Amino acid sequence: MPFIPHTEEDVKSMLAAIGVESIENLFDEIPAELRAEGLTKVPDGVSEMEISRIMSEHAEKDSRVLCFAGAGAYEHHIPAAVWEITTRGEFYSAYTPYQAEASQGTLQLLYEYQTMMASLTGMDISNASLYDGASALAEAVLMAIRANRKSKSKRILMPRTVNPKYRKVAHNICKGQGITFEELNFDMQGGHIRPDSLPKDPGDFAALVIPQPNYFGVLEDIDALTNWAHEHKALVIAVVNPTSLAMLKAPGNWGEIGADITCGEGQPLGAPLSSGGPYFGFMACRDTYVRQMPGRIIGRTVDLDGKEGFTLTLQAREQHIRRSKATSNICTNQGLLVTAATIYMTLVGPDGLTKVAQASHNNTENLVKKLEATGKTTRLFNRPVFHESVMKFDLATDQLMQEMSERKVLAGVDISDDYPELGNVMLVCATETKTDTDLQMYADLVAEITG
Amino acid sequence: MLIFEQSKSGRVNTAQQPANVASVSDIPNEFLRNDKPLLPEVSEMQAVRHYTKLSTKNFSIDTHFYPLGSCTMKYNPRACNSLAMLPGFLNRHPDSPANMSQGFLGCMYDLQEILKDVTGMKEVSLSPMAGAQGEFAGIAMIRAYHDAANGGKGDPERTEILVPDAAHGTNPATATMCNFKVREIPTNSDGDVDIEALKEAVGPHTAGIMLTNPSTLGVFERRIKEIADIVHKAGGLLYYDGANLNAILGKVKPGDMGFDVIHMNLHKTFSTPHGGGGPGAGPVGVSERLIPYLPVPMVEKVGNEFQVITEKNNTKSIGRLSAFMGNAGVLLRAYIYARLLGRDGMIRVAEFATLNANYMMKELEKAGFELAFPNRKATHEFIVTLKKQAKELNVNAMDFAKRLLDYGFHAPTTYFPLLVPECFLIEPTETEAQDALDGFIAAMVEIQKEAETDAEKVKGAPYTLPVRRLDDVKAAKELDLTWKAE
Repeated sequence: MPFIPHTEEDVKSMLAAIGVESIENLFDEIPAELRAEGLTKVPDGVSEMEISRIMSEHAEKDSRVLCFAGAGAYEHHIPAAVWEITTRGEFYSAYTPYQAEASQGTLQLLYEYQTMMASLTGMDISNASLYDGASALAEAVLMAIRANRKSKSKRILMPRTVNPKYRKVAHNICKGQGITFEELNFDMQGGHIRPDSLPKDPGDFAALVIPQPNYFGVLEDIDALTNWAHEHKALVIAVVNPTSLAMLKAPGNWGEIGADITCGEGQPLGAPLSSGGPYFGFMACRDTYVRQMPGRIIGRTVDLDGKEGFTLTLQAREQHIRRSKATSNICTNQGLLVTAATIYMTLVGPDGLTKVAQASHNNTENLVKKLEATGKTTRLFNRPVFHESVMKFDLATDQLMQEMSERKVLAGVDISDDYPELGNVMLVCATETKTDTDLQMYADLVAEITG
Repeated sequence: MLIFEQSKSGRVNTAQQPANVASVSDIPNEFLRNDKPLLPEVSEMQAVRHYTKLSTKNFSIDTHFYPLGSCTMKYNPRACNSLAMLPGFLNRHPDSPANMSQGFLGCMYDLQEILKDVTGMKEVSLSPMAGAQGEFAGIAMIRAYHDAANGGKGDPERTEILVPDAAHGTNPATATMCNFKVREIPTNSDGDVDIEALKEAVGPHTAGIMLTNPSTLGVFERRIKEIADIVHKAGGLLYYDGANLNAILGKVKPGDMGFDVIHMNLHKTFSTPHGGGGPGAGPVGVSERLIPYLPVPMVEKVGNEFQVITEKNNTKSIGRLSAFMGNAGVLLRAYIYARLLGRDGMIRVAEFATLNANYMMKELEKAGFELAFPNRKATHEFIVTLKKQAKELNVNAMDFAKRLLDYGFHAPTTYFPLLVPECFLIEPTETEAQDALDGFIAAMVEIQKEAETDAEKVKGAPYTLPVRRLDDVKAAKELDLTWKAE
């Protein structure tokens, strides 16, 4: 029997110990009319050998694609040691570290992770992760409303340059609590929020969300936007790409006093693309807001003998204690992905992460140049970017995507649905994983298809 | 020692970095970082050794019996991991169009079908990323359903969600997130919902009820049909918290019990790894009337092709709750597990999980431990109360829990559910052999003897782990959440 160790003899002796005749008797408290008549759509079980064949065939269908898509999920090289260690059973098959003494491995790792993320974001503290970048933004919005004591408003100012999927998720998760999102439009030349376009009298609002880089890959005027929000007594929620932080100014240093809450998608730090998950959301903040932070937080303390140890702390914020008054209903974090991210950051180090950021930036710039050289496409926005760029094509983007896909190239992400005013545009990304040959091949294909 | 304390400025792992990177000159200075982030500067071997050593400080299913009630710590088959990590799955970008995604989408479609079958629900969405997010999706759907009532005018008086007092903390927290008031329903002495109290509580303000069945008390809610009728008659909907689905897999379907919406914890019932606290996966299933509201994305089959359904197609959907398709890699692991088990294997999960729990319950009772519900059969878990030990010997459930660690067993869930004083919620799962169960029982008997003869010894436990009992008060009062260089 798969994964069940009982022999017939075991079953007999256990039933005798219980004092029943059959396993079936153990279910006799369930009303007879509720008993299932069996399963119809679940197939018969297969062996490990058979499922290996089946899954290999499935995986093969989708494989060997050259990927120029980003838009919130980025292909980076992941050092071999990252998942070798992450999938050790002691990390992989452990539960939430409620029994701290039996979970020091996970707890110390999470404390190290919090330290790395706090430093990377320039914030005082970090939690131990949330589900993904989009839901982390939703949680950051809820947190900002709790934390902003100068405003009772439930209004959030949300630039349209924030990832449209993140905006949808934030809306879907927050709307039940009467929170409203007011969109700020972007400049058609720069692809950014112009500080001089901000309302003179915005009224009371709880927070301004600032993406860096924004969804178009473009760099926002973070200092001016941050200062403007603070002048109006609102908090600043930074949504950032963690790889970029090795190169770009940390949110803690934005404007005069820095962002208040920083969140984002942790996937670039060691998680494979994997169809969109599991990833992890990160969240960091100033220490004054620590009690408003959702999710698990690890603290360093001492044991009975005065020896250093680590434990879950500030649990009074959480659902298993506070129930209906908790800061969030969140229960799990994404522990395994954080394990991978911590090992990833350790292996690449500050120097390596900077190089990954620079190489991704340079590759994207090179790709844009090669694409523009075909004469069939132009860069849409004139502002500096991190590692993505919006390209405008002569051809309908869906047709281009289709023809490229037949050559096993994922050309980018078609964003015209979310931004119809931009026309035939595609968001393209070339991380450090792409070679010059890859970039040239992409440009040649575009020339050939639009020929 | 922390990884930072092994770091030395200037140490670089060139093999893991991109080579020959030109410096960046086209980004103005105002956007750039001018300090070095505090990431470790160690060699690959130092990193590998550090994190390998840390891993050995954990208890895990792979190393220890882990009878954590309500968490279903069953064995995580290796094939589920290695096959989900095939390059074709790992390298698929989430925005890949359907024509480049038939392999992945086919697995997701099949998983939806399997989950529909085992739960008896009409349609399934896989996207919620954890049980708590599945709960959120469920309650948001109940809200959407009431908002669409009366020809779209809505039913604004339905402001209350009923939650039994034994429920998981996520239940009331979720109801609050969806702007419902929470009304608690008491439990009777046999562990069933107090039907009279329920009748008094329901009315035109009832939006729904959140139930776990088998309940968190380790017993099957026998009058579930009656509860469903009472709530439905009052105009409310029934939400099923799938935390304990392992107990009834293939034996009873929540759809047949009258539930309108359920979430499943694939990291419990379908054996995906707990990973030190996530990632989970919390797919939701619904009855006919809630189908339009299911969260997106979902996968449909058109002819022989699999396609993704988004908010563009399903305009009434409560929308997406994650940027992409939830915890896709977790869903793949669950799919592989389901295929390995197959139809008969699913039913055996419930049977052997229940056998193990009832065996442990009886043996512990014979050894003198007090059961919370001695007149009931165990489901896949059961509760022992140590209130006598706490009162007479001054040794409480936490002391027993910590001492169990010294004996090489992870502690059961302690102090949950809140209704039972000094409780141990014990869930052995179907993957443990009788020897492991006997070992745990023997340890409990030994600790009982120690408590009677040398209570201080038990209260000082653990002694054999990397640390002794930790000062949680200091941790919360003198917050130390990040390392700082001296």
